[in-house]
Amino acid sequence: MKDCDATRMSLTRRAALGTIGVGGLALSGRLAQAQGAKPQEIKVGIATYLSGPASVFGVPGRQTAEMLFDEINAAGGIAGIKVRPIFVDEGPGVDHVVGEYRRLVQNEGVHLVFAAISSADCLACAPLADELKRPTLLWDCGTQRIFEDNRYSYAFRTQANATPEILAALLYLLKVKPDFKSIAVINQDYAWGRDSWDIFRTALNTLKPGVKVAAELFPRFGATDFSTEVTRVLALRPDVVLSTSWGGDLDALIRQSSDRKLFERATFVMPLAESSLQRVGKALPAGHIVGARGDHWFLHPSPADPERLKRFTESYRSRFNAYPIYPCFHMAQAVSAMKAGIEKAVAAKGGGWPTDAELAAAFKGLEFPSPTASVRIREDGQGLENQLIGTTLHSDRYPFPVLTDMVVFPAESVTTPVGQKSADWLKTLSPEMVAKLPQALAFR
Amino acid sequence: MSRRAETLLALAGAALVVGLAYAVPWLRFVLTIALAKGLAVLGILLLLRAGQVSFGHALYLALAAYAVAFGTAVVPEALLLVPAAGLLAGLVGLVIGLFVVRYREIFFGMLNLALSMVFYSVLEKFYAITHGADGIRLGPVTFLGLPLAGETAEWTVLGLALVLVLGFGALVRVALASPWGEALAGIKTRETRLDFMGVSPRRVLLIAYVASAVMAGCGGALIALTTRHVTPALAYWTTSGELVFIAILGGAGSVLGPFLGAAAYELTRVYAAALVANAWQAVLGIVLLCVIVFAPGGLWGLIARRRRAA
Repeated sequence: MKDCDATRMSLTRRAALGTIGVGGLALSGRLAQAQGAKPQEIKVGIATYLSGPASVFGVPGRQTAEMLFDEINAAGGIAGIKVRPIFVDEGPGVDHVVGEYRRLVQNEGVHLVFAAISSADCLACAPLADELKRPTLLWDCGTQRIFEDNRYSYAFRTQANATPEILAALLYLLKVKPDFKSIAVINQDYAWGRDSWDIFRTALNTLKPGVKVAAELFPRFGATDFSTEVTRVLALRPDVVLSTSWGGDLDALIRQSSDRKLFERATFVMPLAESSLQRVGKALPAGHIVGARGDHWFLHPSPADPERLKRFTESYRSRFNAYPIYPCFHMAQAVSAMKAGIEKAVAAKGGGWPTDAELAAAFKGLEFPSPTASVRIREDGQGLENQLIGTTLHSDRYPFPVLTDMVVFPAESVTTPVGQKSADWLKTLSPEMVAKLPQALAFR
Repeated sequence: MSRRAETLLALAGAALVVGLAYAVPWLRFVLTIALAKGLAVLGILLLLRAGQVSFGHALYLALAAYAVAFGTAVVPEALLLVPAAGLLAGLVGLVIGLFVVRYREIFFGMLNLALSMVFYSVLEKFYAITHGADGIRLGPVTFLGLPLAGETAEWTVLGLALVLVLGFGALVRVALASPWGEALAGIKTRETRLDFMGVSPRRVLLIAYVASAVMAGCGGALIALTTRHVTPALAYWTTSGELVFIAILGGAGSVLGPFLGAAAYELTRVYAAALVANAWQAVLGIVLLCVIVFAPGGLWGLIARRRRAA
């Protein structure tokens, strides 16, 4: 049946292109492969930001994918088959990405899709994965709603979600600065900024009730001027300033806060600032709390396989002239999950090529290595990923701040259990969990 | 061009859409979106006839799309949701129209832009209800009581879009040839003359504005049913700009122009994105520049010119 479809598609697509008058733009495509037949190459559709503000994450993600796909192919491919990435841009928005997802599956015939950076794109693509029955790895998006509100058989997340990422930063703050009395928040005014503050505030009210919220500031997404916010926070003098901003917004906030000595008055907690360190350089002073949406740090204090992390960092650095940031690690995790998943499915079939359903089933409960440790995909599709939070330190060896007093939170301790909603689970936390935190490890 | 030739072209176009959608499954989605946007542009065409450009019709697109998204929780029936969303867009269009038809040209365009951005901010700020930039997902939808899912859903929504497009297209074609249509063109050439003839230009423009809001609303409802996930980006000014872009690309000479433009726009975008994932914007921009320089009447103008020559 599939083969019939294939011939029909190949003929008519050419005809269709001619009719539209864009015959010259003919796309390279693979005929829909019969289920279970060994493919010539493994095609992977990768949705990432190639334009717009989030390309600060999307482009490093793409670079990492290119690098790792090259490495896999140099080593002979996965199960002896070469891999090929096909990138699509998330920049134009959800309806474009949904259309591209369909194109990837129905025209390019990709075997897997990596989607996406934007939470909205992930929310739209996960149901599509089930509908079109194509294994899909959610490689970078943050929202915890995906697997808490729904169950999918073809969508899996190869990283953590917003809850552990924000909770870890709060626990770290409670450990290193237990007696703070007031907090101000400066977040971008969009879903992530609101969601992350919601998580932080819910957990804070449970673990340390009575902290005064001095100000909740939500400057426009993409703002370049934070003088109002900085002035306000300078006047209110909170002990702690939280900002889950990223990209150009965070860079501008850090530079302007630094110019006006706000860093001397308050401790900043910035769960995404690892991705900005190389850009802001030493404008960010020592002694502030920085996270990386996972245990992503090229100087991880206790990697499972130090050689692997070193190799990853060095090859990225030699090829792109920068240290890898968290989206690079997220992409590495998705690639590693893909490799482990396909190998598992092929082994389960005794060397034969799995059907889409068999490949999807292989991801459930899969444990795969990451550059720093390993990640396990739970039965609900959510990945269990450790979290690393540290404090900035200026070292002569690097032109930007590095992390010290790093705490690596085991994934289970900070992730919402299966079947529970983050908003409810965060209210059941007990203050004792701060005392049980792992030892902080210093920069060496 | 004669009415008969246009009708034949429209039917041929519809047949081509169905043929393409059958032959190339992934184009079904793209073509449905193109038809939905074309419908919104058809409304913009009415305003263009009066010499007015709205940079804010994404407001009605997004309003209807969100109405459908929230509506699925109450009534899952697509045949009720689409008219309801169109009607809501029309009502809001009437209220806003009462203000904006007092203005012309840049003031008309900018006021529309401002109002659509207000709605965009509302969608972003009422985070607890709208989930902000993450958007909301449509619940299960039925068509005549039957659940819409998978390939049937794609065909049904495409069919619905074709019916709406042909219906509204015919309506607009008839309306433009009527005295009201001539009065609309009169606003562009010399508005005072209408006053002297005892025709209220404001009323003429208001009718066009409400009709355009209804059409944008139907387009938005179709987009929601197709993507099944709505985000505030639908109300952002770039979406309004996209609609005006399509109107220029297609040409304002005929009711077929908007659909020609929308199909060309969406297909150029997907093929450009497939070929050069990181420079598709440049391709789109160059295409528009070429159209402006070499075919000021839009794609429709090219066809009409060739027919005249022949």
